[in-house]
Amino acid sequence: MAVISENVRDMKGYKLHLINTGKYKTNTLVWKMKAPINAENVTLRALLPYVLQSSSKKYPSTALLRSYLDDLYGAVFYVDLAKKGEYHVISMIIEVANEKFLTDSTPLLKKAVEFLAEILTNPNTDGNAFNRETVEQEKRTLKQRIQSVFDDKMKYSNFRLIEEMCKDEPYALNVHGRIEDVDSITPEALYEYYQQAINEDELDLYIIGDIDEEETASIVDEEFHFQSRTPKKTGTGRVKIGEVQEIQEVQDIRQGKLNIGFRTNILYGEPDYFPLQVLNGIYGGFSHSKLFINVREKNSLAYYAASRLESHKGLMIVMSGIDSKNYQQAVDIIKEQMEAMKKGDFSDEELAQTKAVIKNQLLETMDTARGTIEILYHNVVAGKNISVDEWLTRVDETTKEDIEKAAAKIQLDTIYFLTGAEAGKQ
Amino acid sequence: MKTINFEQLQEELYYEKLPNGLSVYILPKNGFNKTYATFTTKYGSIDNHFMPPDKDEFIKVPDGIAHFLEHKLFEKEDGDVFQQFSRQGASANAFTSFTRTAYLFSSTSNVEENLETLLDFVQTPYFTEQTVEKEKGIIAQEIRMYDDNPDWRLYYGIIENLYENHPVKIDIAGTVESISQITKDMLYECYKTFYHPGNMLLFIVGPVEPEKIIARVKNNQAKKSFQQQPEIIRKFPTEKSEAHEKKKVTAMNVNTPKCLFGIKALDPYQKGQEMLKKELSINVLLDMLLGKSSQNYETLYNEGLIDDTFSFDYTQEYGFGFAIIGGDTKAPDLLEKRIRDILLTAAENKIFSDRELERTVKKRIGFFLRALNSPEFIANQFTRYAFNDMNLFDVVPVLGTIKIEDIHQICDEFLNEDRFSAFQIVPKQAN
Repeated sequence: MAVISENVRDMKGYKLHLINTGKYKTNTLVWKMKAPINAENVTLRALLPYVLQSSSKKYPSTALLRSYLDDLYGAVFYVDLAKKGEYHVISMIIEVANEKFLTDSTPLLKKAVEFLAEILTNPNTDGNAFNRETVEQEKRTLKQRIQSVFDDKMKYSNFRLIEEMCKDEPYALNVHGRIEDVDSITPEALYEYYQQAINEDELDLYIIGDIDEEETASIVDEEFHFQSRTPKKTGTGRVKIGEVQEIQEVQDIRQGKLNIGFRTNILYGEPDYFPLQVLNGIYGGFSHSKLFINVREKNSLAYYAASRLESHKGLMIVMSGIDSKNYQQAVDIIKEQMEAMKKGDFSDEELAQTKAVIKNQLLETMDTARGTIEILYHNVVAGKNISVDEWLTRVDETTKEDIEKAAAKIQLDTIYFLTGAEAGKQ
Repeated sequence: MKTINFEQLQEELYYEKLPNGLSVYILPKNGFNKTYATFTTKYGSIDNHFMPPDKDEFIKVPDGIAHFLEHKLFEKEDGDVFQQFSRQGASANAFTSFTRTAYLFSSTSNVEENLETLLDFVQTPYFTEQTVEKEKGIIAQEIRMYDDNPDWRLYYGIIENLYENHPVKIDIAGTVESISQITKDMLYECYKTFYHPGNMLLFIVGPVEPEKIIARVKNNQAKKSFQQQPEIIRKFPTEKSEAHEKKKVTAMNVNTPKCLFGIKALDPYQKGQEMLKKELSINVLLDMLLGKSSQNYETLYNEGLIDDTFSFDYTQEYGFGFAIIGGDTKAPDLLEKRIRDILLTAAENKIFSDRELERTVKKRIGFFLRALNSPEFIANQFTRYAFNDMNLFDVVPVLGTIKIEDIHQICDEFLNEDRFSAFQIVPKQAN
């Protein structure tokens, strides 16, 4: 039996993805809007969903809107922004209780669909511009959100690595936009962008839970209809790299944050992608991996030392928190372990262990509604159609030679180190 | 094995207490791929003053030792346990809280082998001077990581403000200085005292057959011998009911100031249903006053005093408890004053409608159902509740019993200025 069955339907201007499963006590709806990211649109896209979620024509204040959600047994509603390769993706998420588990029989899923449609298609505007006060409040909050990355040093150092590494690529943009562009956004300009996004973005609606597919599709069809479109595509985002960049930045902090970026030159769904997943697992994805063993367990240099992939951009990012005086030792170990991967210096046991935990991780992710949707959405982003079962099989079939072939493509690009005030001077 | 059926929630819980004292709970979840299991001892960072089973006097142990012990249990003579779990396709982890240390794994295959690995590694301590020394470097980096995290500093800051003597004020990981004093003998002493099966709870949730699982656990436990252990005697200092410090401000390398407002629990010595109702009622009250659908929230948001990092929660354990309210803010002093005014006005006027209460209770029920999608939530919260003689699955019925009068009573007892405190983190001045 397939791990999951996804029923995808072409609707008016969007795709509807229905996933029917009895394992949750709630139903989850995720609305996704995707467009190529660029300096002109990113700040508008970062502001738009927050303005939309704060009020609508029918619920003109946040207190009214939120009271309605509370009445729907605390329906959870929030927005989320992501970069997937060179795309900017807006998600609006609603999770609502399944009335089956309540003593009350209000049709909560239907109400949630209607609510989402209200938010997306009936915003609080005068026909020409969004409500001025709402836009001003959300601009203020947005500025705080952009600045907050500075306060979390682990996030900040990752952000800075990407900023330096992808300097001339759209991917360097902050998903929350550019602080210098916030003030100049007018309620009119934002409304204009809203219409553009609704007409041009690639739109997908996911609904997962214990649902009647036909009935759900007909409710959705009644509430959502947009003009048809051909979604805009970006390039592969591949770049040629020159010499390895080494960047150090000094701040008043207790622990140095080391972030290292590699170009994998392999994107989601390509033949080398599944070997790359296994490679990342052997190298730094887990607590049995080479980085954990060598940086942490053998040398006591760090509490965390791990690697992860940016599947749609072709990056592998290593991160670790270390004492500044141990910078060179940590960098050397991380490089040596990558060399080991390239030479095929890993055991059959490491290979088998890693396959087992990757499969486990994927299946576990499928146990959460959001996780399932994020995995399925990879296909929309990459324009592929890879089932979860295929994913599992391809990981399983990966050989040592496949991994060496993938490893040969990996290039070190940038080493970024955020260091404490006195360190860095060696 | 006993079964308890929760009809409205469509859940069936299996329970057995083994001869060695271990409590085992199994919740079958069909349709899920993963099985999640936690093996938890009622032993956390606050248990630093106690009488070991073979001694007749109290000992005091260094701050951070429960967490240190958690780290060290993963290491064995023949390598570390993470390797074995990965071979069996599982991911393993552990965490230490104020009152508990939990060891856990999740896996979608080899569930019974993984379960045995979990039981065996926790029940086979292996500490040497050398491995203890090595761990000090790793944990020092963990402590440094938290030192740089302003939200973590904020959370401990407010607890330190509220409590003068109670060990809840001590950072769970300890300090680089305190962990340097830890020796293998101290670890063995703590282990002997707190890791007896009678002080532990095993929870398994996932697509499992309860009969098979319990047989495997029983068989595993029958092979090991444990001496009968008397009840553990822990010692806690006396604590005044007022907040220890009214206010503190710390400067850090951040852009945006942060403010947490704290309220110290009055008389946190309930157990069972009484404690459950108190904890839920206080959370309902806070939700009515400060939740996203409240007028207060809208006003604070519109004034730019709060953003989407704003949150609040009340939590209680036997002997301590606190509400914390706050988040990022451009004006921490003003936010602090506004929260204080909101709470004191509520205590004074007590204007709550039945409609508002009903809506808030509905919201909490919805949140609870949503949380039941998560095996992690079920296992961890069930254990926390059980250690306080409460039952997680009573949440919905107990929420239904909350009346306006209960809310009024909470206002009178809980919202008292003497127990308020605030902690702020502000940007360091550029020099």
